Amino acid sequence: MFQSLTQRLSGAFDRFRGEKELTESNIEEGLRDVRRALLDADVHFQVAKDFVDSVRERALGQAKIADKGVSASDQFVAAVHHELVELMGPEDARLQMAKSGPTVILMAGLQGAGKTTTCAKLARLLVTKHAKRPLLVAADVKRPAAVEQLRVLGRKLNVPVFHQEGLGPADVCERGVAHARAQGNDVVILDTAGRLHVDDELMDEVAEIARRTSPDDQILVVDSMTGQDAVRSAQEFHSRLSLTGVILTKFDGDARGGAALSLKKVTGCPILFLGTGEKIEDLDAFSAERVAGRILGMGDVVGLVEAAQDKIDETEAQAQYERLVMGSFTLEDMLAQLRMIQNLGPLKKVMGMLPGVGQQLDNLDIDDKHIKRIEALCTSMTARERLQPDLIDMGRRRRIARGAGQDVGAVNQLLKQWKQMKQLMKVMKKMGMGAGMGSKAKRAALEGFSPSGELAADLGGGGMLDKLGGAARGLGGAAKGLGSMMGLGGGGGLPEGFDPSMLAGGGVPGARGKSATRKATSARDKDKQKAKNKQKRKNRRK
Amino acid sequence: MGLFDRLKQRLTRTRTAISDGLSGLFRGGREIDNELLDELEEMLFTSDLGSEAIELVDQLKRQHKRGELKGEDDVRASLRAALLERLDTEPAEIVLAHSPTVVLVVGVNGSGKTTSIAKLAQRFTSQGKRVIVGAADTFRAAAADQLEIWAGRVGCDIVRKNEGADPAAVAYETVDRALREGHDLVIIDTAGRLHTQSNLMKELEKVRRVVAKRLEGAPHEVLLVIDGTNGQNAINQAKQFTQSAEVTGLVVAKLDGTARGGAIFGIRRELGLPVRYIGTGETVEALEAFEPQTFVDAILAVRQVSANS
Repeated sequence: MFQSLTQRLSGAFDRFRGEKELTESNIEEGLRDVRRALLDADVHFQVAKDFVDSVRERALGQAKIADKGVSASDQFVAAVHHELVELMGPEDARLQMAKSGPTVILMAGLQGAGKTTTCAKLARLLVTKHAKRPLLVAADVKRPAAVEQLRVLGRKLNVPVFHQEGLGPADVCERGVAHARAQGNDVVILDTAGRLHVDDELMDEVAEIARRTSPDDQILVVDSMTGQDAVRSAQEFHSRLSLTGVILTKFDGDARGGAALSLKKVTGCPILFLGTGEKIEDLDAFSAERVAGRILGMGDVVGLVEAAQDKIDETEAQAQYERLVMGSFTLEDMLAQLRMIQNLGPLKKVMGMLPGVGQQLDNLDIDDKHIKRIEALCTSMTARERLQPDLIDMGRRRRIARGAGQDVGAVNQLLKQWKQMKQLMKVMKKMGMGAGMGSKAKRAALEGFSPSGELAADLGGGGMLDKLGGAARGLGGAAKGLGSMMGLGGGGGLPEGFDPSMLAGGGVPGARGKSATRKATSARDKDKQKAKNKQKRKNRRK
Repeated sequence: MGLFDRLKQRLTRTRTAISDGLSGLFRGGREIDNELLDELEEMLFTSDLGSEAIELVDQLKRQHKRGELKGEDDVRASLRAALLERLDTEPAEIVLAHSPTVVLVVGVNGSGKTTSIAKLAQRFTSQGKRVIVGAADTFRAAAADQLEIWAGRVGCDIVRKNEGADPAAVAYETVDRALREGHDLVIIDTAGRLHTQSNLMKELEKVRRVVAKRLEGAPHEVLLVIDGTNGQNAINQAKQFTQSAEVTGLVVAKLDGTARGGAIFGIRRELGLPVRYIGTGETVEALEAFEPQTFVDAILAVRQVSANS
């Protein structure tokens, strides 16, 4: 997402390389670059102006870092980081829940911002993470088939959807809330029609809905690709409703997030969630600290650890970790780790969360199928071969390649990677692995990173990832596995040793080219999927 | 009311922002100086002109140094010429040169594809052409229903399948039916996709290939629908979509708000893509063929003070 902004900003930071201290004379050029970068990222021009002023104030004024050991570049970055967090946060906000009766959440926004999809995502989040029983109310009677869209989504989620034919939107909403009360739903999500902020009639309508349902949360849904207009429309919505928060959608694209940076400042409404993908679970709580970190290319290790906690089986991770410490590392383990990483989400997203990697992903077509191909190679080996890869001679290599529909080069490469990883594991064992626990450890881990990513290189891939600590022990290994897959080799610095070509699929010739589609649900594919799942379960049992 | 007036009326807010801003800058008899031009640059930024704004103002600054700018009128004229120079001068509208002419419509989620297709269908149906639309957005819940309702209102034919069907198959079938039944225009709707999702972009390539299999040379037009409220990101969208779907023109939707759609200048510069149509309202008629003169004039409408000022 923020990649281009990140790139532009690091251009500004580079100006201070070699400078000992920030001074009034040398800071101006850097600030001008920052301003341009922000404007180019669609940050509102007034916000950009104020932002630059406060960075100047922080970098040169009272809050200036006195320690002479901190380079001018790091000081500048620290000031920008601090101001970014101030701008977007600084406190992370939550949904307001009603003290008694159902919590009413009104969702409003321009056409095509993603309201209906977000309503469904929010309902799912409330069910799975907060054990709520939400009711969705379809009050968009304007767009053809909008009601049907919400109904389909509701069916998928097993969340009830309320709608009454022939009523105006405000009536539908009012009855929806009454219905929720009667049915014992503790949250009501009102999906309203998309409207232009300059359309008085429709703005009256949404204000009327708010008046009659007194929502606890009035949320503006905003497309993160919106330009300068985001601020104008948000102001207009805010003047007609009393917005309590904002949800930014389509945050998984490459929007430079200028709207994100401006909205809090202009409306005073906190950003609550980010829509980060097409799947219904792709809704993340917003964290100013983390988004600021991502903008500056510092990665999002906390997010990675949390995703790991969420999606990786703790016992399996623990078992992995123990095998690692015992010093036995087989192809079976390597495969298990890769699968663990796969569980975290698309490779590109996961890697974007690693410090110092974000920017390099920009022009990289990372292929999740690369892992699939490795899986294919591993599964066409015998169990014994996986446990004792040294057995695999030329004849066996040819057989394995044939079985996986790939060439021998691919097998060779896999074995080479395994050797590298094994080597890496040995080194790590010697270093001893940390085992801190809980969120305190996560914070401590984060604090170890230099904002500009310089330290990341010094620490080396291994050492840095060790800092992830016990919160997700297995992940440490898994992420290292990823590192090795990327060709990081034995303990090289993450950014420096990063070799994208392997992930881009170039390493395994002849195995690409099948056009990918979105989860097709044709009968044939379903059968295939079933067979695959069966295979997966089988593998797991082994 | 003529086209010019209608467009002007709809773009009133767009125009207000720039021309009133411009007049505002000169209010109180201010002289042209660097400070004023810097403020002008910021103002152009708010129209989503992006780095074009920097260039436009740099040019004004050079002209100012040479003493070519006397006052507000000169600045306005210079800006107008510069903006116009950046747009295509060829006619924008789709020409039905094939039978049928096949148009593939692509874009990011929520940019306004389905609505724009309804408007296009309306436009050509009302000219007496036989139009068929293909609901190849088989991903979003109820997307085909939405298109079907529109087709019913407009009075054109539709080919649709169930959710989850292969979009390429829907596209193929639409073209096939048009060939058999003698439609003049085929418009194929596709699912919204973020331009950064390379697998989905590949899916578009497949739709293209499959359509070409049924009718050589098709699709004849690939229209990218851009949300007019989008900022500089629209340029990235255009780049990525052009790469995988060989976009031939743009539809800029949602220009009836306060958004200025200034990003099209960047797209034009980087990719040379012409704007074919602009969406200017919620009714099915609210689609105008793009006319650069009118567009720029409406933005900079000389000495017209709008009701909003």
